[in-house]
Amino acid sequence: MMRILSGDSPKSPVLAVLLALILLALAFAPFLFPGSRSLETAARICIFIVLVASYDLLLGYGGIVSFAHTMFFGMGAYGVAIATARMGTGYPALAVGALAGMVAAGLVALLIALLSLRVRAIFFAMITLAIASAVAVLVSQLSAITGGEDGMNIRIPRELTPAFRLGEVMGTGINGKILNYYLVFFCCLALFLLMLRIVNSPFGRVLQAIRENAFRAEAIGYRVVLYRALATCLSAMIAALAGSLFAIWLRYVGPATTLGMEIMMDILLIVVIGGMGTMYGAVVGTAIFVLAQNYLKTLMGGMSEATSALPLIPDLLSPDRWLLWLGILFILSVYFFPTGIVGRLRGTR
Amino acid sequence: MTDSAPTHAPTMTKLPLAERLRPWLPVLLVPVLIVIGYLIIPSQSSWLTLTVSGLAMGMMIFVIASGMTLVFGLMDVINFGHGAFISFGAFVGTTVLLALGQMTGAPSLLLNLLAIAGAVLAAMIVTGGMGWAFERAIVRPVYGSHLKQILVTMGGLIVAEQLIYVIWGGHEIVIARPETLKGAITFAGAALEKYRLVAVAVGLIVFLALRLVLRRTKLGLIVRAGVENPEMVQALGYNITRVFVGVFIAGSALAGLGGVMWALYQEVITAHMGNEIMILVFIVVIIGGLGSVEGCFIGALTVGLVQNYAAFMEPKLALISNIALMVAILMWRPMGMVPVVKAK
Repeated sequence: MMRILSGDSPKSPVLAVLLALILLALAFAPFLFPGSRSLETAARICIFIVLVASYDLLLGYGGIVSFAHTMFFGMGAYGVAIATARMGTGYPALAVGALAGMVAAGLVALLIALLSLRVRAIFFAMITLAIASAVAVLVSQLSAITGGEDGMNIRIPRELTPAFRLGEVMGTGINGKILNYYLVFFCCLALFLLMLRIVNSPFGRVLQAIRENAFRAEAIGYRVVLYRALATCLSAMIAALAGSLFAIWLRYVGPATTLGMEIMMDILLIVVIGGMGTMYGAVVGTAIFVLAQNYLKTLMGGMSEATSALPLIPDLLSPDRWLLWLGILFILSVYFFPTGIVGRLRGTR
Repeated sequence: MTDSAPTHAPTMTKLPLAERLRPWLPVLLVPVLIVIGYLIIPSQSSWLTLTVSGLAMGMMIFVIASGMTLVFGLMDVINFGHGAFISFGAFVGTTVLLALGQMTGAPSLLLNLLAIAGAVLAAMIVTGGMGWAFERAIVRPVYGSHLKQILVTMGGLIVAEQLIYVIWGGHEIVIARPETLKGAITFAGAALEKYRLVAVAVGLIVFLALRLVLRRTKLGLIVRAGVENPEMVQALGYNITRVFVGVFIAGSALAGLGGVMWALYQEVITAHMGNEIMILVFIVVIIGGLGSVEGCFIGALTVGLVQNYAAFMEPKLALISNIALMVAILMWRPMGMVPVVKAK
């Protein structure tokens, strides 16, 4: 067990129970929560866990802020979409697309890293922000290749679609959609364990040393730029793979679902609230965030209606304004709980 | 014993001309760009139109970016929430202008300018106050940690943007320019929009005023010294934190001014307009050299011109052109065009 977790145990009984619950819920989601909507939520949680964890690899372990993470996510998604459109439906197209997206993301990340990290780590945040928004505009304009604002529908092999039926297990009909879910689930699990392995390796140690004190790490003899650039590439490539899975699951890719700044903000909020520098923070944070997104909004709507007689308050409580409260929570958690939920549970400061 | 000075006279060799000119090269960038534009754009009149609109855009970006770059230079604080001040400035200014509809609708230049002055004043007071609160509540606790600054100011940006939705609603607001600033004048066969000329003038005034304050006053001396070595200034008895708060407030107010200018330039405002402009602002402060007002000015004009020329030659390249410009300049001068020397 410890080998699978790369020796990084949850170190807190509450956290261990939470993680086990999330793992079980996701592993048996099609049977525990039948219905296409809950399956959709479960798949989204799986993919976002990987996406957020790969961002944590960069932010929490490397101490580098990037705003281009959705760009890499989108590269993987568009890679699959474009490969399928060009090569025809089939598993080779999916594999080639995912691979091409991953390689492209790694190369672009390397270029950005070499351009900006060489000078000042702080440039990285600004440069990625500029490049990511330029790419988002470009994608919506190059409609001949990317389908523009409308995005692209992806035709995936029939075995992964609801039309493919296998039989029935425990009263739940097994169809291609559920196979597709398990493809997503197991890929995400493998990617997550891989990242756990990376951050607990000597490489991950050096990254943390650089995060704590780059100057000292350099003095000890580690090439800071090299390690940071490598972390950037790794995180970009994993994000691209998550994007490919997302595209295969949704069978659609568009600028708003993969490249939007809103998604970038969500990732940032989840990492910080879940706990920077702890891979498990991504798991707990994503699960709470996605569930909150679904249920808190309903609650806020109810409260907004209940207070509709008062001035301004219903506007502040309207479900559309939930980002306002999340933003405040975000600021407070950066000040008071820089290690997030997981850090709190582990009792570290 | 030899008290006599050595017999040979030391010769102070002048650096070769090329060496002495090197620091000034960026200054040449804007004229060179304009000349290149003249060569590649076939029609002379459209070249003039594009140049004026590029300069106008550059001036507006400069007004917005100058505060941010100074704040960074002085306290090493990177404010990703700067865009919130742009949006708030635009919304406050627009609200005032809409309320003064009779003054903006009248065909009198004086009344129009008074209305704009009122709007600008209101916007600058509000964003200046916001800047003060932002510095106090959000930035102050995270001095010294870039990572936390980026995260926290980003959070502040989200909250501020949501507040705009709460106060003004989610829809975009259309704002017409005042009567006398509508339309264009014709000069040498080229149509030059009046408002753009005004924007260029305002930008130039802000630049000259900033330069005057920074170069000719004691306050400016403290600020410039603070950019180079804050600890030394502190040791000499000046309260650098107070100076910094002042600069932060002034920078925020300038962003508010820029927001009003941009609102009248686009004639429509949205809650996320600040974020869109911030992308250009980031490019400008990076290529200008973080902390340098002069570099920021050159960078802003360059970005404005390149964007307008590129949009004319190949519309789809407009945004990419700025990224390419940034990459090229960072390869040429990794610390930006006018690097700020830090005594650290």
